[in-house]
Amino acid sequence: MDMTQAIILTIMTAATPLLLAAIGELVVERSGVLNLGVEGMMVMGAVTAFAVAQLTGSAGLGAIAGLLAGMVFSVLFGFLTLTLVANQVATGLALTILGLGLSGMIGESFIGLPGLKLATIEIPLLSDIPFFGRLLFDQDPIFYTSIVAVVGVNWFLFKSRAGLRLRAIGDSHSSAHALGVKVVRARYLAVMFGGACAGLAGAHLSIVYTPQWVENMTAGRGWIALALVVFASWRPSRALAGAYLFGAVSIGQLHAQALGLGISSQFLSALPYLATIAVLVIISLNRRMTLINTPASLGKSFVPER
Amino acid sequence: MSSGGDVKDQETKTPLLETRGLTKIFGSLRACDGIDLAIAPGEVHALLGENGAGKSTLVKMLFGVLDPSGGQILWKGKPVSIGSPGQARATGIGMVFQHFSLFEALTVAENIALALDGNVPIDRISEEARRLSLEYGLPLDPSAHVADLSVGERQRIEIVRALLQNPELIILDEPTSVLTPQEADKLFETLAKLKAEGRSVLYISHRLEEVQRICDRATVLRHGKVTGACDPRQETPSSLARMMVGGEVAQISGAGLGKPGKLLIEVKDLSAPARSPFAVTLSGINLSVQAGEVVAIAGVAGNGQSELFDVLSGEDLVSDAEAIRISGQAVGRKGITERRLMGCGFVPEERHGHAAVTEMPLTANLVLSRHTSDRSAFLSGGPMGLINTEAVAMAAKRICGVMDVRKSGDDPAAGSLSGGNLQKFIVGRELDRQPIVLVVNQPTWGVDAGAASRIRQALIDLAKSGSAVVVISQDLDEVFEIASRIAVINEGRLSAPQPAASMTRERIGLLMGGFHDGTGEADAEALHAH
Repeated sequence: MDMTQAIILTIMTAATPLLLAAIGELVVERSGVLNLGVEGMMVMGAVTAFAVAQLTGSAGLGAIAGLLAGMVFSVLFGFLTLTLVANQVATGLALTILGLGLSGMIGESFIGLPGLKLATIEIPLLSDIPFFGRLLFDQDPIFYTSIVAVVGVNWFLFKSRAGLRLRAIGDSHSSAHALGVKVVRARYLAVMFGGACAGLAGAHLSIVYTPQWVENMTAGRGWIALALVVFASWRPSRALAGAYLFGAVSIGQLHAQALGLGISSQFLSALPYLATIAVLVIISLNRRMTLINTPASLGKSFVPER
Repeated sequence: MSSGGDVKDQETKTPLLETRGLTKIFGSLRACDGIDLAIAPGEVHALLGENGAGKSTLVKMLFGVLDPSGGQILWKGKPVSIGSPGQARATGIGMVFQHFSLFEALTVAENIALALDGNVPIDRISEEARRLSLEYGLPLDPSAHVADLSVGERQRIEIVRALLQNPELIILDEPTSVLTPQEADKLFETLAKLKAEGRSVLYISHRLEEVQRICDRATVLRHGKVTGACDPRQETPSSLARMMVGGEVAQISGAGLGKPGKLLIEVKDLSAPARSPFAVTLSGINLSVQAGEVVAIAGVAGNGQSELFDVLSGEDLVSDAEAIRISGQAVGRKGITERRLMGCGFVPEERHGHAAVTEMPLTANLVLSRHTSDRSAFLSGGPMGLINTEAVAMAAKRICGVMDVRKSGDDPAAGSLSGGNLQKFIVGRELDRQPIVLVVNQPTWGVDAGAASRIRQALIDLAKSGSAVVVISQDLDEVFEIASRIAVINEGRLSAPQPAASMTRERIGLLMGGFHDGTGEADAEALHAH
């Protein structure tokens, strides 16, 4: 493996959790729900995956447990905001704070332990393709999942009837209700999908990216995933591009620091965030496209009249 | 168009749909109270009533959106329970909603697909929708985004969507309230076609003339109860109105509008770019209003009414300060508070959230709009600006008295008032100041006849007392009732205001559709030929 391949590989590893969490949140927001608890669900996924991998000795079980932990957390969010109709922004923030605290408590005894790493799966023949084969077809299962999720969600949203209903709910939940679409049920499913993705994204951090447990190890990636959804104007393919762009900038700045370019390291560390802001500004210039894609009932609570 | 005459036949048949004692209770309000209704196969049945009479509640129960609290629904003589819109559709009931249940971000075909059960591919729906829409004379482009369509086109989507399910009964909730007279004529042709095919139509309206023109029978509701069932063609508009309102509606009197005086509002060559992709660009607007006259601006919704209101009120500033003059002063760059201080009053279209904060009580809403213009009356404590609750409560009471605002409790939340009563309060709040200039957008939208006539009379009285009044309205009856001069807004352009006496519905209808005098004759004929 040469230098270029190694750099691309690290970019892919950095981008995968962002992509997964963003795709999950994209589906949630397309249904009109704003879950700001991505960071909390991710960190719960990370600690659960690490702990289960330690206790069972199987990183695979850890990944599944991480996914489930994110999902359980999202059901809590769904219960509060969809059943009890609590404010979505406040509940999401509370979920993040709860997740960061709870994961710190659960993970205390795991700090410093060497972790298990999820094995890569080599796809025969395809992995023999020169240059790209090793990069794309000799990867961990979470990477494959993230790519499948992009394709699958894109198909679901824009080709399937259920996806059409989901977009309709996000555009106008009361109209959807009047047509007989089950708004709350669909939103629960969307929120749970988002939770599962965030949980798996967290698991990726603690059993693939850096196989260990460190408190607050998500380090704001949940927030970046949220920004990526807006950045992607709620389109899965753009979320893929955004996540990899962000991954590239954040890895690039590490290399730039190593090369000693004479630019302050603080500025370089801030680069990915500056890039996000710049792209968000550029995207919001085309207001018609933004309005067509933005779920109009995003963040609004729904109480059916009966 | 009319093909009645078989009324006797229908009475002997089993009704297609019948309700017996249908009741819906919200808290302590009996929105529908023991409704008996029978719709025969192949008839156009009118459901008449004022706003808040229970019409929408009734049809929501028929369409499975609301659960009845009591009573029975019979379909072809058999009791049925309609638990969801899906069940209603399966039964054979289609519905065209008053406030469209369309999704702006989706395409026409996607909107239609959402209302269909089963798994027909989107492409097939597009084809089918195109075919049906042409057959009924309602042309549609399935791949267009709803956000880019006019209100009339949006209604076509609703109708085609309902027709695709091949319903035996189609419910139309206030379908013409958003259409030009010409668009309405086309809709009536479609309804005649449906009737000829043996389908029944339940037609909800409060427009008597329309009901008399197209409906075979009518059921009248008031305060949630049936007050009459009749053949509308045997009735006079005033006898129908009595059933609806339960008493004579006060006649509006424009007598006493004297000679126009001083020029108070002067708009010259005003243009304003659209603020959002879905907003309208205002271009080359000229308008002058003198003291003592009411100028009405007619037009179909979404043609720049709210944009025009916003620049007149100062909610949106225009780049050229000279483009708008009030009492001779250039105010184009002055905000709403400055204009209020000059003696202007403004009533925006949307009651909830724009003209009033629904969660706050009436007194708080009063202070919110008049804290600067009536500072000395409502605030005390000098620079501290403490609210003088007593003075505010007095003023609120005065307004409610003058405008006959009916409310529960002394100072209820604005949102707890019915639409008509809240509107009376909001208009009264401005009138109470005796503004020299008043601009009102859709003053009686969704307001019942009693409240509407009160509001209209108050606007005329204000003009009589020497103020300049601009009324932006979609309601042609209202326009003719109160205006001294009439202008029409279409796609952000305003026609020159003409004396009301010289305007006809026909001419306004053409202006609404963008056909201008002289040049539009040929187009107008083409429109009628369809």
